[in-house]
Amino acid sequence: MADQRNPIDLSISARAPREFAPGNATPIVPSDSIGGRALVAVIAIMTFLASLTTGAVMMMHASAADWQSEIAREVTIQVRPTGKGDIEVETQKAAEIARGFPRIAEVRPYTKAESASLLEPWLGSGLSLDDLPVPRVIVLKLVPGPAPDLAGLRKLLSERVAGASLDDHRGFVDKMRAMANSAVAAGLLILVLMLAATVLSVTFATRGAMAANRPIVEVLHLIGAKDGFIAGEFQRHFLWLGIKGGAIGGGGAMALFAIAGFAGSWLTGTAGGDQFASLFGSFSIGWEGYVALAAQILLIAAVTAGASRHTVNQTLESV
Amino acid sequence: MVRFENVGLRYGLGPEVLRDLSFRIEPRSFQFLTGPSGAGKTSLLRLLFLSIRPTRGLITLFGHDVARLSKDAFATLRRRIGVVFQDFRLLDHMTTYENVALPFRVMGRDEDSYRNEVIELLQWVGLGDRIWALPPVLSGGEKQRAAIARAVIARPQLLLADEPTGNVDPELAQRLLRLFIELHKSGTSIVIATHDVSLMDQFDAPRLVLQEGRLHHYHYASDDYVPSTEDDDVYD
Repeated sequence: MADQRNPIDLSISARAPREFAPGNATPIVPSDSIGGRALVAVIAIMTFLASLTTGAVMMMHASAADWQSEIAREVTIQVRPTGKGDIEVETQKAAEIARGFPRIAEVRPYTKAESASLLEPWLGSGLSLDDLPVPRVIVLKLVPGPAPDLAGLRKLLSERVAGASLDDHRGFVDKMRAMANSAVAAGLLILVLMLAATVLSVTFATRGAMAANRPIVEVLHLIGAKDGFIAGEFQRHFLWLGIKGGAIGGGGAMALFAIAGFAGSWLTGTAGGDQFASLFGSFSIGWEGYVALAAQILLIAAVTAGASRHTVNQTLESV
Repeated sequence: MVRFENVGLRYGLGPEVLRDLSFRIEPRSFQFLTGPSGAGKTSLLRLLFLSIRPTRGLITLFGHDVARLSKDAFATLRRRIGVVFQDFRLLDHMTTYENVALPFRVMGRDEDSYRNEVIELLQWVGLGDRIWALPPVLSGGEKQRAAIARAVIARPQLLLADEPTGNVDPELAQRLLRLFIELHKSGTSIVIATHDVSLMDQFDAPRLVLQEGRLHHYHYASDDYVPSTEDDDVYD
């Protein structure tokens, strides 16, 4: 059986005579050792966890941006009864002003019945607004892109409509933004810690796998191999192990996100699916997410190769 | 070829394991390096194959002061030296053929240019039918011969062997000695580190005798035993 010191299967007494052809030679660094397989497993697991963290942070960031833009795309005109005129006329006047204002996509004054249903949770059903000085609400949907001149609209309304005021939900948006930014910052912190843990565990696992290869480094050194040649052989081998482990872990995470995205779009329209989507967005990381995960795989492969080179150099110093 | 002048060696802050060594190894020469265990034979061999640098003194190898050499220059010089290790140091995942061909591979040579040479040498050392065997299943003698073949395949100018007969029976030891003598005749300088007196008695060659880190005696087996002071340099 193979072991750490003898990283080959000793039950094989000889190789079948091979064809003498370029590329047929046994690699100088054994390609299939227990240390190598364990390293691939460690890299795959850590890359999978780091990819999940990256994807989760990206989704959180996208969802927070969605919430903010949804709220920021709506402003409300409130017309309060002042006792000086008919509130219905004032409401219509405000709606007309809004319709004539640039970058307003939709203007919808709430009817009396709709206003009553808004107050129903507090005042009960069967409410007659005629008896109460209840303000009327006009919801304006904004055209996506640059915001309209809300200060100008506010001024126009206060000059021409009695009791009218404009609420751009600034306070609520600011609170939402602060909350979303805090969530994304916490996610980024976790991502940084996760990546640091990945880099460290991959580095130590690489060093462990390299320890079994020390005799090879020594022999190569003593038969006249230059340091660059030895480091290159190991770096190439460990880069391949890193790519293999990274592709398994990162590929697994990508497949998971793809399946989740597909399942999310399949559930759209159902009650549960819509509720889920309103909280977490589309559960898709988008092409940017896949690019980030691919970059992460390359980063981890590079860390593995770099750690092996560093360990070889240390070994060469001590030979 | 090799010149030591007042060379001393210590590991870390420990005592000197080699002291005031001065000697030469001439081209096409043959010598034994002997002495009791712990006398410093392996340390002296490590100095000779540039595995370590001396703490003091001057070592000149092939006309180069080793203290002034870069790491890459060390590697290039090492290619002119063949080393047979006591523990063989064959790579277990490579066949006998690949182990012997390794020096050519690290030089970046194309396999077509050395294939026949390697097979011929393996046949010459009696391993013609073990070309595709892996080292873990070779006997001690076969490993020894494979290690020697790897050491000489690139036709080194200097061959260093550390207890090359330590793991083999007397008959094989004799055959290996004949192999070294053949190499010597073909122009390679040989240094064999051994404390096998019967082996040294089979070939009349100068002996470097190390004792407690000092080079005490230097003489031929046929000479009378002449205790001498340190710093002997019989070539001068």
